[in-house]
Amino acid sequence: MARLDAHNKTDTGDRGSEVLLRSQGITRRWGGLVAVNQVSLDLQRGTVHAVIGTNGAGKSTLINILSGEIPPSEGRVELLGRDVTAWSQPRRAQAGLGRSYQRNTIYPSFTVQENCRLAAQARHPHPWAWWQRADRCPVSVAAARLAAEQAGVQDFMDRPAGLLSHGQKRQLEIAMCLATTPQVLLLDEPLAGMGAEETERMLALLQQLKAEHAILLVEHDMDAVFRVADVITVMVNGSVIASGTPDDVRNSADVQAAYLGGH
Amino acid sequence: MNPEDRSKLMFVAAAFALLALYPLVGGEFGVDLATKIMIYAILALSLELLVGTTGLVCFGQAAFFGIGAYVAVLLSPQDQPASIAWLLPASVAAAGLYALAVGALSLRTKGVYFIMVTLAFAQMAYYVFHDTPVGGGTDGIYLYIKPVLGPLLELDGALTMYFVTLGALVLVFGLLAVLLRSRFGRALAGIRVNEQRMRATGFATYTYKLAAFTLSGALAGLAGFLFAVKDGYVNPEMMSWHLSGALLIMIILGGLGHLRGALIGAFAFALLQEFFKAEAIFGDFAKHWHLGLGLVIIVSVALLPRGLVGVPGQIRERLVGRASRRAETVEVGHGQA
Repeated sequence: MARLDAHNKTDTGDRGSEVLLRSQGITRRWGGLVAVNQVSLDLQRGTVHAVIGTNGAGKSTLINILSGEIPPSEGRVELLGRDVTAWSQPRRAQAGLGRSYQRNTIYPSFTVQENCRLAAQARHPHPWAWWQRADRCPVSVAAARLAAEQAGVQDFMDRPAGLLSHGQKRQLEIAMCLATTPQVLLLDEPLAGMGAEETERMLALLQQLKAEHAILLVEHDMDAVFRVADVITVMVNGSVIASGTPDDVRNSADVQAAYLGGH
Repeated sequence: MNPEDRSKLMFVAAAFALLALYPLVGGEFGVDLATKIMIYAILALSLELLVGTTGLVCFGQAAFFGIGAYVAVLLSPQDQPASIAWLLPASVAAAGLYALAVGALSLRTKGVYFIMVTLAFAQMAYYVFHDTPVGGGTDGIYLYIKPVLGPLLELDGALTMYFVTLGALVLVFGLLAVLLRSRFGRALAGIRVNEQRMRATGFATYTYKLAAFTLSGALAGLAGFLFAVKDGYVNPEMMSWHLSGALLIMIILGGLGHLRGALIGAFAFALLQEFFKAEAIFGDFAKHWHLGLGLVIIVSVALLPRGLVGVPGQIRERLVGRASRRAETVEVGHGQA
């Protein structure tokens, strides 16, 4: 079973190699079908860890398990050194785990500003202060602004999110993820349906974000993955068949046979 | 304040001002009817918090209303007036507690199951009062001595009851209006639009929904208290699913997603009901008032998808649409010339 060699990476000091999220032997069965089979991986600060694989390889299921949306049948998830396997999704999010979705899951009827602000509010919920106006909450408004600027949606703050272009919605998705100031980012196909320019922008953002974050990137755009990823894990039918640097993966005979089709 | 907010505020202020002046012209029957409708409006507002704001379609709101009413009657002493200072909080708390228990269980389900579970809990409460001697069974029970607030207030006269109810309505409306723009209110709106995202963002949505459900039940309990004191009589029919259904129709008719919708819907529904029941207009046919009311509701839901509250917007769009179509025709005409 291929397992990521955590020390095989470009070391950028102690902080850089810190493991923020660790999964061990994650398995998920749906009846007789094994969607995810014994997957172990470490996400380090300063690293973009890409997970690739064909449709149905179990990538999204893996993200759903790591983020707490569905429980694993077996295995263990550690976030910032703590065992969070039994934690609910909101609790993991509170502890610093952010995720984006493959399909846009924004709040279409709210403005871009309110989409970002509501995400930021998770860090400063104060539900009991019922007399205070949410749109004057200094903490969440400032965090929303910052996240919107990082993701590049700051020019459409007053527009209903449902009216954005597809690429802009993907950016908003990232902005909402960042607004919760997570330490670990699980990004499910952030580049899907993006134009060339938007893709460049997103890749630059990932490069910039990885200094402070541990990033898991599930993506189908192979050019982008091999450009931006520091570690690549390849999944086929729920199992990891290879994991390592982009060069290792490119040269792996297993991967070439199973996935890249000899490229 | 932006112009849209200002026009909403103006509308609500005008509506409450009219209600404050209404007893001058209303007469005894009118004042009694208006008091009843305002109590329904409080109930509709409490349901709007669940359905229109949070996206929880509760089909058991009548239970909280009934419990508030029964508690007000059952806790009142037989020989002297109860004090509003404890009787009102007791009614509200009892309804809120029942809502907390019902919510804790029913909020584990979603969609149509949630609708059915809330209905089932309401029917349970209904049959407890219908089939056991706790509250006088099907006959109901009377409240002989109306509660008082020291020497200040006696809830005896129809006019006093009218203004106390109006005050409660204004307070509930104001409370919800403030609550909906708070962080709590925005989180409820987020849950309505996309609960999955809210959870992924870090909101424990179950707790938020339970808080909203409990608050809604407590407000319905307040309406129940007012109803019991106004009529001096409660019976199990107050808890029947007919009322829960009527409340849902009120907020849909008025326009979901707006507090004004609940207010307008309660008045529209109750006034339509009175209209079709009027023998002076319909003669013998008045006993088939359900038919007329039902037809009007079907037609208005079909023609007014955003409810009565959306009518001005619909008219505006229609006018603008016509104007722009005319502009187009003119342009085309010029082109041809």
